[in-house]
Amino acid sequence: MMQRMSRTTFAAAAALMLGFGPAVAGPAEDELVVNDEITITTVAPAAAHLEGHLDTVYSGWLFRTEDSRAMQKDDFENPMFIYVERGLEAWDMADGSEGKSCADCHGSIEEGMKGVRAKMPKVNAGGALWSMEDYINSCRTERMGAEAWKWNSGEMKDMTSAISLQSRGMPVDVAIDGPAAEFWQRGKDMYYTRYGQLELSCANCHEDNYGNNIRADHLSQGQTNGFPLYRLKDGAAVSIHQRFVGCVRDSRAETFAAGSQEFRELELYVASRGLGLQIEGVAVRP
Amino acid sequence: MKRQAILATAFAFAATAAFAEIAPTAVTFAEDGSIAESLTGVPGNAEEGAKVASTRPLGNCVACHVVSALTADFQGDIGPELNGAADRWTEAQLRGIVVDAKHTFEGTMMPGMYKTGPFIRPGDAYTGKAAPAELPPILTAQQVEDVVAFLLTLKE
Ligand code: HEC
Ligand code: HEC
Repeated sequence: MMQRMSRTTFAAAAALMLGFGPAVAGPAEDELVVNDEITITTVAPAAAHLEGHLDTVYSGWLFRTEDSRAMQKDDFENPMFIYVERGLEAWDMADGSEGKSCADCHGSIEEGMKGVRAKMPKVNAGGALWSMEDYINSCRTERMGAEAWKWNSGEMKDMTSAISLQSRGMPVDVAIDGPAAEFWQRGKDMYYTRYGQLELSCANCHEDNYGNNIRADHLSQGQTNGFPLYRLKDGAAVSIHQRFVGCVRDSRAETFAAGSQEFRELELYVASRGLGLQIEGVAVRP
Repeated sequence: MKRQAILATAFAFAATAAFAEIAPTAVTFAEDGSIAESLTGVPGNAEEGAKVASTRPLGNCVACHVVSALTADFQGDIGPELNGAADRWTEAQLRGIVVDAKHTFEGTMMPGMYKTGPFIRPGDAYTGKAAPAELPPILTAQQVEDVVAFLLTLKE
């Protein structure tokens, strides 16, 4: 397609299709109603802790083109449901030396996992900050006698997708005080640290410049309420930490590993910037 | 124009006199963030500079700036448009901005193009891996001069 069109025609067509270009600024005016029945809040007043930084928070969905927004309005169009389906199957499947499935301990996923995604990441009984992936792996290794799944493996994304869906439409509900406070503070420090040879912080792109274009990318606020989400460009589901890796790498920086303590802390802080928004699990992005 | 021609000859002269390239760590900025002296002594090539400004792993200035003289697609709007930059800034100021704009605009988002540190967790280009001990600047000294020469053509 690219070769057959002249470069300018292509650019103009692409600009029309994707809504790029300096003419586009800020979030779209659109309402997210999934399957014509679930209304999800995508704009909200910012949480008190963001005073002086942001007045209003917006879901990343509002910064995407009409086409990708439409895919998220209909579960039949949303490629994430392939992951969800597999995750639902795995939920009921016994695995490991104990011969148990998730359902054996948690009952139906609809009841057992309702609201779980909205609270992640959170401090566990032992005082460590855990992401959903950590909880899943702890069940697998400690209770099922099964092997841990790799952070960004297909099996892990299937399961986090199926679990996230059970919180769809629920408000982001992460705790940032009490035992979470120190993790949250470190995550906040990271958010404003200018990493890499390009010396860019998360805030440079997602606080100071959301709504603006960095080359072909229309910057959003970098919210995490839609994860795990499908990236059409990768043709695959993407985890929160995987997205963080990409953004840090794009600053010509040495990234942190998916699943690292640093990224769990950053995940908590970024999640708290989305307080007021609702869980979209599972979103679609270009 | 005339002054530039004279300058260019002067630089060409300096070049023949075995001008030593100024290393990133040896660059000196004036109070206003400008750099009077050429980094190489070799006059910049505006055409090459235009390429550097449009090319992704190089200057990629169009990621953040609209430059109407360039055909690069998807020009960004993070920074101001560069149209007419030569009417607003001197050659020395433009050199300072390209080398490390933080001396001109405190805390700016614009990356230093001829800078080797100190950085927090510098990476090896866009691999996500740690940078080599001898991290090269994003642009070579001559590429900086080429970009400056290109910017000097942006008049309104
Ligand atoms: C060089 C610019 C840049 C920097 C620095 C940057 N990002 Fe991003 N980020 C992007 C772009 C471009 C996208 C894709 C478009 C969008 O959603 O903004 C993105 C997307 C995201 C998303 C997905 C949002 C969605 O709804 O799809 C998250 C989450 C995110 N970034 C978090 C971060 C965090 C945390 C940091 C700091 C560690 C960071 N980003 C640093 C450019 C950047
Ligand atoms: C990541 C973003 C980014 C990139 C890449 C970038 N710039 Fe900038 N630039 C800025 C911002 C932001 C400003 C505004 C300065 C400020 O107030 O912070 C700026 C300012 C400037 C100015 C002064 C403009 C004026 O008239 O006030 C010039 C000249 C300039 N940049 C040239 C360049 C050139 C040449 C390149 C590539 C070699 C480049 N920039 C790459 C972000 C960028």
